[in-house]
Amino acid sequence: MVSRMDDAMTTSADLVPGAEDLDLDAMVAPTGDEADDTHPIIINVENLNVFYGDFHAVKDVSLPIRQNEITALIGPSGCGKSTVLRCFNRMNDLVESARVDGTVEYHGVDLYSKKVDPVEVRRHVGMVFQKPNPFPKSIYDNIAFGPRIAGYADNMDDLVEETLHRAALWEEVKDKLNESAYALSGGQQQRLCIARAIATSPDVLLMDEPASALDPIATLRIEELMYELKKDYSIVIVTHNMQQAARVSDRTAFFSIELGETGQRTGRLVEFDHTTRIFTNPSEQETEDYITGRFG
Amino acid sequence: MAERTSATQRATREAVRATLEGKRTEPGAVIFKVMLLVMLLSSLLILVVLLADILIGAWPTMRDRGFDFITSGLSLNPETAGVWTGIIGSLIIAFLVILLAIPIGVGAAVYLEEYAPDNRLTQWIDTAVRNLAGVPSIVFGLLGLTMFVALVNGIGLGGSTEGKNVIAAGITMAALVLPIVIITSAEAIRAVPSTIREAGYGVGATKWEVIRSHVLPSAFPGILTGAVLTLARAFGETAPLLVIGVATGFFSASSDATLLDNLTGPYTALPVIVFSWSRQTDPAFAATLAPAAITVLLAILFALNGVAIYFRNRFEKRW
Repeated sequence: MVSRMDDAMTTSADLVPGAEDLDLDAMVAPTGDEADDTHPIIINVENLNVFYGDFHAVKDVSLPIRQNEITALIGPSGCGKSTVLRCFNRMNDLVESARVDGTVEYHGVDLYSKKVDPVEVRRHVGMVFQKPNPFPKSIYDNIAFGPRIAGYADNMDDLVEETLHRAALWEEVKDKLNESAYALSGGQQQRLCIARAIATSPDVLLMDEPASALDPIATLRIEELMYELKKDYSIVIVTHNMQQAARVSDRTAFFSIELGETGQRTGRLVEFDHTTRIFTNPSEQETEDYITGRFG
Repeated sequence: MAERTSATQRATREAVRATLEGKRTEPGAVIFKVMLLVMLLSSLLILVVLLADILIGAWPTMRDRGFDFITSGLSLNPETAGVWTGIIGSLIIAFLVILLAIPIGVGAAVYLEEYAPDNRLTQWIDTAVRNLAGVPSIVFGLLGLTMFVALVNGIGLGGSTEGKNVIAAGITMAALVLPIVIITSAEAIRAVPSTIREAGYGVGATKWEVIRSHVLPSAFPGILTGAVLTLARAFGETAPLLVIGVATGFFSASSDATLLDNLTGPYTALPVIVFSWSRQTDPAFAATLAPAAITVLLAILFALNGVAIYFRNRFEKRW
């Protein structure tokens, strides 16, 4: 386990500067690193269809998410990967026109069953957003808000400290817990958002392009953190950055756009497999075209 | 080592210099700019003349009477007349506006922005509120006369004025500014980035928790600024008060009057004093006391605007 992580970290460290002239094969984690199928499925998606009003955004997606793995959702803009991600914690409920068909099972419970309270779902499935979005409050309160509303009764100071340690942020912020979160750099803000997401002890962490607004160094730190976090959490990450998917994820789902008769652009899942296989030997031509940069 | 420039390079340089150094003359642009400046200056000039005229008129009273002018009550004698009664009346009206219009208006705005479904009815209500904000204030005066005066009288607060008192005036003024409170609060709430809401929902907050802990605190400076400006509006408004029976003459409460007697008895407000003094035939009132009263009114309004600007700068959130 340790050596595997070291490998990955050196790989990503080497990759960061001048990522454009890297050859894709070198980026894929070493063979033998393939996640085994013994990890149980934690979220299982079956025939997921999402509509925004009349617009069919995502079509027939079936996808298992496994425990303690990082699953990457990649694909061109508008392919519905974020939409799929937002079904995992019912974030799509916030969009009035959104309608979801099919099942999203979390530990075998359908999240879209009528009895399920979306607020409870989000306490089990945390989320990190594209742009760092700390609350306009102190660093301490950013972490404490979630546990507080969830009725956490133990020592809050301890929880805040432990959470910040887990998010590898404690050393940088321990002297300014009462300062505004907005005083932090973008990368620190995003790690604070990750800390905020894990403060409520979810077991799944959704990340919607968490590093797209960050510089390469901050991106690297987020990726290192993800590697650390997958020991305790199952992570699903949406990313535009294929190298990032190759570096951090165990499995990759490649989404693409299907043009309807009326020019409607509907997202669909093209291929889902071990990340190594997706990046070295994909079974679909479309996947290969995308990852080698011939399309998208 | 500098390279020697050839004849062709020198020629090119001269040609480029000739094109780059040409200064364009556009008479139209100059005239346009001057015209804009004249427009700006003329609007400023109007303001300056107005202010100067008022201050010059007010100066003798301010110099001779000083604070005595502010702390004296209404009187037939221009030597002793002051604006205190009007300040008290205006303050009570402002207090009622804070008490009624601000909570109701902010509440309505939160509902419109956060809870109301985005459908035809909501859009219609939104448009209606905006139109209501543009309704002339005299119309609200008529509303006050037919509804609030009767209401105040009906609940036993009519007193000697049969409802045409400062309580009815306060309620009328609250109704007048309510649409403005709703609009400014709704705008402040809408300006809270959706990323903050998402962040709240993302950690498992309910809608109520998101609104209470994140949306309202973030919108607070905007709401506050709107509230203060609304108050300034209520302070300066005159027409509705004239319709619902504000005293434009002189009155004095008897010395043994209770608080309730004062609230339900005849009243006046600062802008109304300006109005009634300007109509006096005695030049002492029209020429010197009225400008002095205007000066007091303007000072209060400027102070309120200053408070609004302070709040906006002090609590402004940067996303």
